Amino acid sequence: MAELTPDARMGKPPVVAPGYTPGSVTDKISAIVLTRTPRWWWVAFGLSFLLMQALLVGVAYLFFEGVGIWGVNNPVGWGFAIINFVWWIGIGHAGTLISAILLLLRQEWRTSINRFAEAMTLFAVACAGVFPLVHLGRPWLAYWLLPYPNTMGLWPNFRSPLIWDVFAVSTYATVSALFWYVGLIPDMATLRDRSRRRWKKIVYGFAAMGWRGHAAHWHNYEVAYLLLAGLATPLVVSVHTVVSFDFAVGQIPGWHATIFPPYFVAGAVFAGFAMVLTLAVPLRQAFALQDFITMRHIQNMAKVMLTTGLIVAYGYLIEIFMAFYSGNQYEEFMLLNRIQGPYKLHWWALLLCNVLAPQAIWLRKVRSSPWLVFLVAMFVNVGMWLERFVIVVTSLSREFLPSSWGTYSGTRWDWAIFVGTIGLFLSLLFLFVRFLPMISIFEMRTILPEAKSVHQRPEEADA
Amino acid sequence: MTDGIFPSTATAPGARKDLSLGAVRERLAGAPGRAYWRSLEEAAATPEFEAMVHREFPQLAGEWQGDGVSRRNFLRLMSASVAFGGLTACTRQPLERIVPYVAQPEEIVPGRPLYFATGMERDGYAVGLLAESHMGRPTKIEGNPEHPASGGATDLFAQASVLDLYDPDRNQTVTQLGRIRTWRAFEEAIAGRLAAAPAGLRLRILTPPVTSPTLAGLIATVLAEQPLASWHQYAPVAADHGIEAARRAFGRAVAVRHDFSRADVVVSLDADFLTQGPGAVPYAGQFMSRRRARRGATDLNRFYAVETTPTATGSVADHRVAATTGELGAFAAALAAAVDGGTPGGGRLAELAAVVARDLERHRGRGLVVAGPHAPVAVQVIAHGLNEALGNVGATVSYHEPVEAEPQDGLASLARLAADMSAGQVDVLLVLGGNPAYDAPADLDFAAAMQKVETCIHLSLHADETSEYCHWNLPAAHYLEAWEDHRAFDGTVTLTQPLIEPLYGGRSAAEVLTLFTAAGPRSGAELLQATWRRRLGDGFDAEWRRCLHDGFVPDTASPALAAPLDAGALAAARADLAKLPAAGLELCFRPDPTVYDGRFANNGWLQECPKPLSKLTWDNPVLVSPALAEERGLVNEQKVRLTVDGRSLEAAVWIHPGQPDGALSLSLGYGRRRSGRVGTGAGFDANRLRTTANPWAAPVDLEPLAGRYPLASTQLHSNIAADRFQGTNLEGREAASRHLIRQATVEEFERQPDFPHHVGHGLDESLSLMPGWDYSEGHAWGLSVDLNTCMSCNACVVACQAENNIPVVGKDEVAKGREMHWIRIDRYYEGALDDPAMHHQPVMCMHCEQAPCEVVCPVAATVHGDEGLNDMVYNRCVGTRYCANNCPYKVRRFNFFKYTDTETPSLEMMRNPDVTVRGRGVMEKCSYCVQRISQARIAARKEDRRVRDGEIRTACQQVCPTGAIVFGDLNDETSRVARLKAEPHDYGLLTELGTRPRTTYLAKVGNPNPEWPARASGAGESPHHG
Repeated sequence: MAELTPDARMGKPPVVAPGYTPGSVTDKISAIVLTRTPRWWWVAFGLSFLLMQALLVGVAYLFFEGVGIWGVNNPVGWGFAIINFVWWIGIGHAGTLISAILLLLRQEWRTSINRFAEAMTLFAVACAGVFPLVHLGRPWLAYWLLPYPNTMGLWPNFRSPLIWDVFAVSTYATVSALFWYVGLIPDMATLRDRSRRRWKKIVYGFAAMGWRGHAAHWHNYEVAYLLLAGLATPLVVSVHTVVSFDFAVGQIPGWHATIFPPYFVAGAVFAGFAMVLTLAVPLRQAFALQDFITMRHIQNMAKVMLTTGLIVAYGYLIEIFMAFYSGNQYEEFMLLNRIQGPYKLHWWALLLCNVLAPQAIWLRKVRSSPWLVFLVAMFVNVGMWLERFVIVVTSLSREFLPSSWGTYSGTRWDWAIFVGTIGLFLSLLFLFVRFLPMISIFEMRTILPEAKSVHQRPEEADA
Repeated sequence: MTDGIFPSTATAPGARKDLSLGAVRERLAGAPGRAYWRSLEEAAATPEFEAMVHREFPQLAGEWQGDGVSRRNFLRLMSASVAFGGLTACTRQPLERIVPYVAQPEEIVPGRPLYFATGMERDGYAVGLLAESHMGRPTKIEGNPEHPASGGATDLFAQASVLDLYDPDRNQTVTQLGRIRTWRAFEEAIAGRLAAAPAGLRLRILTPPVTSPTLAGLIATVLAEQPLASWHQYAPVAADHGIEAARRAFGRAVAVRHDFSRADVVVSLDADFLTQGPGAVPYAGQFMSRRRARRGATDLNRFYAVETTPTATGSVADHRVAATTGELGAFAAALAAAVDGGTPGGGRLAELAAVVARDLERHRGRGLVVAGPHAPVAVQVIAHGLNEALGNVGATVSYHEPVEAEPQDGLASLARLAADMSAGQVDVLLVLGGNPAYDAPADLDFAAAMQKVETCIHLSLHADETSEYCHWNLPAAHYLEAWEDHRAFDGTVTLTQPLIEPLYGGRSAAEVLTLFTAAGPRSGAELLQATWRRRLGDGFDAEWRRCLHDGFVPDTASPALAAPLDAGALAAARADLAKLPAAGLELCFRPDPTVYDGRFANNGWLQECPKPLSKLTWDNPVLVSPALAEERGLVNEQKVRLTVDGRSLEAAVWIHPGQPDGALSLSLGYGRRRSGRVGTGAGFDANRLRTTANPWAAPVDLEPLAGRYPLASTQLHSNIAADRFQGTNLEGREAASRHLIRQATVEEFERQPDFPHHVGHGLDESLSLMPGWDYSEGHAWGLSVDLNTCMSCNACVVACQAENNIPVVGKDEVAKGREMHWIRIDRYYEGALDDPAMHHQPVMCMHCEQAPCEVVCPVAATVHGDEGLNDMVYNRCVGTRYCANNCPYKVRRFNFFKYTDTETPSLEMMRNPDVTVRGRGVMEKCSYCVQRISQARIAARKEDRRVRDGEIRTACQQVCPTGAIVFGDLNDETSRVARLKAEPHDYGLLTELGTRPRTTYLAKVGNPNPEWPARASGAGESPHHG
């Protein structure tokens, strides 16, 4: 341990604070789940749960009255629902990227953040999934978007990007859930073994699917996990590409752009990392996990956020360039309208949040302060929501025929449902941190310096 | 098992009552083993319950009645069918009862409409109509092609009149001081009152202007029998000034008729002749017949309009001058002077008048000067003089015997009545139609005067402001429920025959009047036949049937007469013109373009119909010019206080380009205190500022207030207020740079007939990755709209609403941008903000060949039909609104709520049974009236022929007074629409997007006067921008 790692020699903070043994890692992480519920958890979960009621009340009223309770109109047929959908789906992407792509790239620093990043993905997809359903005029017929056999011999319209969405998002949700669950199995076994109460043993045991740490189990696990990572990897790119098609296939100025797929994917990763940071910084504080989620993680994620942020900024730049270079007067007008039209505040705020704010990451001082990084991430969270607002609303409100221009603003029900999904997300997250290990125990053990030594003591392995 | 399978409501309503709880208890007690029961009906095993099982599940009823084992079997089947049923039948089905005819009436084929000729009266004048009747319910109004005041078209009021018929707020019973009474009680009361006054009753009859021979005859009878009685005629929008002007000019009452089809140069002195007045529909047709630019046919008329309020008519002028009433008088005087060979004087208006005069001189006998019925009397006299001097009389102008039975200056007549009433000189006031307590000029204080009358009787469709002051309120028969005769604008007697038994026992004015005659009550049919039996003489029965079939009595137009002009009157008129106020702010009162004088205030279709220029709905703000707004610091929706003669009114402001700087305009018909659930409270009551001295324009003080009053415009929803114009006209500028409206002058058109194709992007429209559709067999429907002949009269908007069961959404929803009209008329301003040129563009679904909506619908609810229609499948729509987003024309309309009122029974009767009523969450749009296409296709197939050109007319096409809309088969090269589309100046909207629309436009071709002086600051006018 006295020997400096290459990282340390380069001045980088370590991935795990020194002084941990596999046993102490297991103790620390599983203790979060298995000890008494801290009082603050009840407060936090209670508040989130209350917030979630806004969603339930909002959706109930929505189903009762119709989408007219929202601000949508002619010509702005899509509003908060689609904005929120894209926002949440985008947020989910960081989880898949961290767990799948970084796994394949053997970035071992991902280990301590992948579990809750994946959980975040699932919860974000759950929140996103609410919107396409409830934004329908006749939500009770939502199953018509599925290609199910019926007496009329009717299929959905496979030319419509919304159908592609159905497949992309449902595949994404399924693979993410599987990936997350498979990764949880060894830890479930740990919790089963460490639980004192019988019902916990049964529940965790059930979830552990008979895991005994057998070499064959480990072998199967590794193969399955790697395969799922391989499966999930293209999804990182494909899902938001398909979501971007919702707009790019449409011919509205401001939507109809070939840059949308890469620009959306970068935006999704950008938003996702911002959200992981938003969650990681308070969580490591709350559960005293600074040793596992170290400054190294915070810095790495901040750097990914900065990089993708630059790609997004490049996207904005290209949009501006193409609007004028194309010579298409509608595109040109669209852009000028973004800059000086009725929604100019949104556009400028978006630039502030998504382009200007992340530049602070360049400064080591900012990078090394978790709460400053958190602040930047909050800017990005807001900025990415504004980006979708600008794309959806600004484009629709003033398109081809000036006679049909209009304006849009969200009503209290739009806000209720949006805020309600944040409540749903936080509720799920608090349940997750309470009942499941938010950091992968067994994977953490593998990145301890001891794990890398050739002479591993066998009794540690199944501690 | 849930209770849901057999909801107890499924049993007959009476069943529950017959249940005895004792019997149920007994039955349950006696049941072997455990007994589960879902409802009391089942537990009691009542016959009703078993009958219900038979009715609901006939195939399973046997199972139910068997033993316990098969009962279980039954439940198993049930749960399976509920599960399967749930998968496909989630939409709620309405409960319906179908009762067949016991004896099938002749001519009625269920599902096939019948058409009856009838006529609608407004202020005495009739328009001949055909009413479409489905199984005895009139559902749609069309024009009567044979009728001179219709020619097959109608205005928007006739279109909206079916909604008035079925208005649930109509007067439904006779009431006396608020208590429900019977007609018999009223009849007895009248008989008693008449008997109590052997020397004659001091009866006052107040009617709108009367042209009806029957009604006029009855009134004459009553007046003869009651020596102390008198008759007054008043309508707030009647042409009192016109009557007075004719009296002055010709020394007698004269009906003036125009022939616009023969006029090469038309000058309007504040005349809205295309949309207002009894002859508007035929006049618009005649006028626009001279504005159709076609290849090789460019003989267009030239139209100058001088206006105090921008109107639909002025918006199509080649040269439009915004003027206050004083400026209008000055212009008329200068024009008269110039035509006389004198000097028109100095100044901008005189210069313009000289140009117009030269043009009129060049077209002697082929010109026409029209003065508006609300223009000052002197201006109208001058107009008569100009037509005389220019030799237009006998060519484009003709004089006739008056159409009205007894032409009266209504205001003077009403003033006399009010004076009598206030003096306590009136025993009985009989108000037959009309709403004087609301629409009488404020200085008469008519409502107060009514309280001095012993008995006030009011016959009306609605309980209104006048009803509040009347002792007796009688439900009037709607014109679709009554037998009446009225004259059209040219005097032709038009017969009104009922399409339906009066819904609420209403009676016509004539029927009520009979109660005051010695002969006693008679029915409308009797009265009408009596009148015409006398006039038609021998062979009455056959002739009468023919007249009823045709809808009018032939050869009853008013005869022409020679009306020599009184030279003295002209000189006096010129002197009067000089007296018109030259400076100061004036307030102009005008009939509202959609609710008229307030009688249509409770008609949702008309309330929600956008005004032709402001595109406002549900309100009548004060219209102010942009310059005045700037000067006084006014913004849209700001409240102001108007003060006229010490009376004041708070109203909201709307900045109206084209408004003269010195004149405000406020339309009548709003601010109704008591109208019904639709009309009460909308807008501002202009009548509170109107006086007998100044009924059409009055000096006014304008005081800006701090408050705001939201207004709902269908164009530029609310952000006009935010932008406050800012010296630019972004909408208009963008519309121009996008080449939405393409236009040229006649010279340019002659030089380059395909001018619309030399602007824009010139994309090869056939470029597409997708394979095209094959229409080589069958039909390919298309539509052509002539922008040159559209004046935004809105008849098509309301016709479409009536034909296609389009719901009314209300002001708040319109303000949000959720109006449902399938056809909208886009209005663009061009040029200077203060006095822009105006363009109208009707936009409905373009039925694109490469429709952007079809691709993106996830459930294939909008698909391409094999005749080129873009079909909307309501049943399949789940409401993603993606299609509406992707439609570049923004013609799709979404049911954000359940807009259609399916609870009010009377409105159910009104709906077109051929068109689906849409529920919540469904997209809808123009279907090219697919129900009419189907009907014609079926008829053609039965006769084994192709659909003939002109056989299918869309609702908008059929109603259009100017024939601006033509629908037909593009596969048929000889069809009208195909020939129009072959015109060189036919162009499509946004074709550079590759949508290949089937609705295309004929570009605007104007005929400006090259001599027209370039615009200078000061009095504004708009050169037609070629």
